[in-house]
Amino acid sequence: MSNKVWVFIDQFKGKGHPGSWEALGAGRSLAEKLGGGVTALVIGEQAEAVAGEAFQYGADEVLFADDASLADYRAEPYAALIVKLVGQARPDVLLFPTTTRGRELAAMTAIDLETGVMPDVTALEVQDGEVIATRPVYAGKLLSRVVCSARPQVITTRIRAFPSPPADPGRSGSAVKVEPAMPGDSIATRVVEYAESGGGVSLSDAGVIVSGGRGVSNNPALTPPAGMDEKQAEIWRAQQGFKLVGELAGVLGGAVGASRAAVDAGYIPYEHQVGQTGKVVSPDLYIACGISGAIQHQAGMRTSKVIVAINKDPEAPIFKLARFGVVGDLFQILPALTEAFRKKLNK
Amino acid sequence: MKIVVCVKQVPDSAARVVVEGGRVTWGDAPMVINPWDEYAVEAALLQSEAHGGSVTAVTIGPESAKDALKHALAMGCGEAILISDAALADIDSQGAARVLAAAIQKIGDVDVVFFGRQAIDGDMGVTAPQTARALGWSMLSLVSRIVALDPGARTVRVSRATEEGQQVVDASLPSAISVGKDIAEPRYPSFMGIRKASRAVIPTWSLADLGVPAPAAVVRWPELLNPPAREVKTDMITGASPQEIAAALVDKILAEKVL
Repeated sequence: MSNKVWVFIDQFKGKGHPGSWEALGAGRSLAEKLGGGVTALVIGEQAEAVAGEAFQYGADEVLFADDASLADYRAEPYAALIVKLVGQARPDVLLFPTTTRGRELAAMTAIDLETGVMPDVTALEVQDGEVIATRPVYAGKLLSRVVCSARPQVITTRIRAFPSPPADPGRSGSAVKVEPAMPGDSIATRVVEYAESGGGVSLSDAGVIVSGGRGVSNNPALTPPAGMDEKQAEIWRAQQGFKLVGELAGVLGGAVGASRAAVDAGYIPYEHQVGQTGKVVSPDLYIACGISGAIQHQAGMRTSKVIVAINKDPEAPIFKLARFGVVGDLFQILPALTEAFRKKLNK
Repeated sequence: MKIVVCVKQVPDSAARVVVEGGRVTWGDAPMVINPWDEYAVEAALLQSEAHGGSVTAVTIGPESAKDALKHALAMGCGEAILISDAALADIDSQGAARVLAAAIQKIGDVDVVFFGRQAIDGDMGVTAPQTARALGWSMLSLVSRIVALDPGARTVRVSRATEEGQQVVDASLPSAISVGKDIAEPRYPSFMGIRKASRAVIPTWSLADLGVPAPAAVVRWPELLNPPAREVKTDMITGASPQEIAAALVDKILAEKVL
């Protein structure tokens, strides 16, 4: 347990979050420069299965804890265990993927270990034995170089910012089981139930995102059902528009995004919002449909690899970010695009 | 019920933020209450309306940060406290959490402290869990709905968002709760609220008032940079029909090898 780099492997019901393997890959790169190997830590239900995977993704040592008190994710017992193990081993670096769990655990362990946290970093380098992190601030309008003088340096890696190492089926090892640090009856929280959201690709993990803005409600060719007031008719129109967005996303195996304007107008639930007060995303392909590209939307998607904009207004600011632009009627372009992709991709 | 809501003052989300001569500037864009924190204020007000009691808004910042507190007062918070001290100029998130924890303890007998999910300037998203930890309280992160809160039994049940769905959790009070945008639409300050807020006397607490030493920052950000300019040459796709445009666009996207 003397490795200088430790990585928390976030998992849900025996399946490692892809961001965990990215964090593990980032941890390996750091270990190559700092010396020593990488220790991975897996906690929760079916942790042992994930521990085996952690070896394949590059861990040299894997610790796992699977106890009734740790079956459901709860911050307090998870943080207590990480603090105990890391406190004993005193690594230089403690990495987490920037998932909801990873971010709060990193924050909490940094307090207990009297060190500092650098969340949601997009790049890591080592200078004179010290890790220097780069993290976007102001939703990516600026980049900040960050250092932490205390040890361990607690860091969370942004999802999709670091490459995922290939799994090597030839790598294996024997994971070490560890016991919980908190007695089950001393934990102040209790998980009552869990409702998994039904399907759909999550925005943060998506390689392709097709997003809709206010423009999706403007299809003049549609006649809303009788009896709707003006606002209901607008939302109904927008929902028809988002169907087209969803069909394209479906063919591309991607997720559906939305601008704040579309969410605020009630066209689509908030979980789809991309932007400074929504999700910051960085897919390989981002297709913006009927989105003008307000600065706060740009902040949420500007690091996407290839941006495509479809808008009827040739002056829309979104075109300045776009690799490809189409000035036209999205209600005609989108179905044609879905059909063309379907043919090319044989779906 | 004694409720605290922690807020921060930030440049408006529409601000064009750039680094000039090593310093961050946002032109003449206004400083506002962090948009995420408005949801926390709303959640706090809803609970105090349901169960009685007071809501106190707290922030760390310079004298001018009182404007963010005034927004919270105008929305309906009963009291506000500014924590301000020259020694807090280079504070890091750990330090901020310890100072907020000290303030919450000084306020005393607090049942719930609400936070927004993150501040739109630093985008750290750690102040809530770090403050909870410094207080030794349970942390309920990214809460979408407060299912039930029973001040008598000192329990709360919430539904919180994770990557996989909604987790329903029971916790005993006191508890720290961070809320997402799905908790409730923040109310607009009322005319009466704005008048009340403009006349409010907001006390300022120093570190000496809190009885805590100046926290030594362990995290520093020696350099802020403008992101590398996106060198995009936009290819405008045209064609005689939607089908022709779509076919050309598909070929171009496939040639980028991102699918």
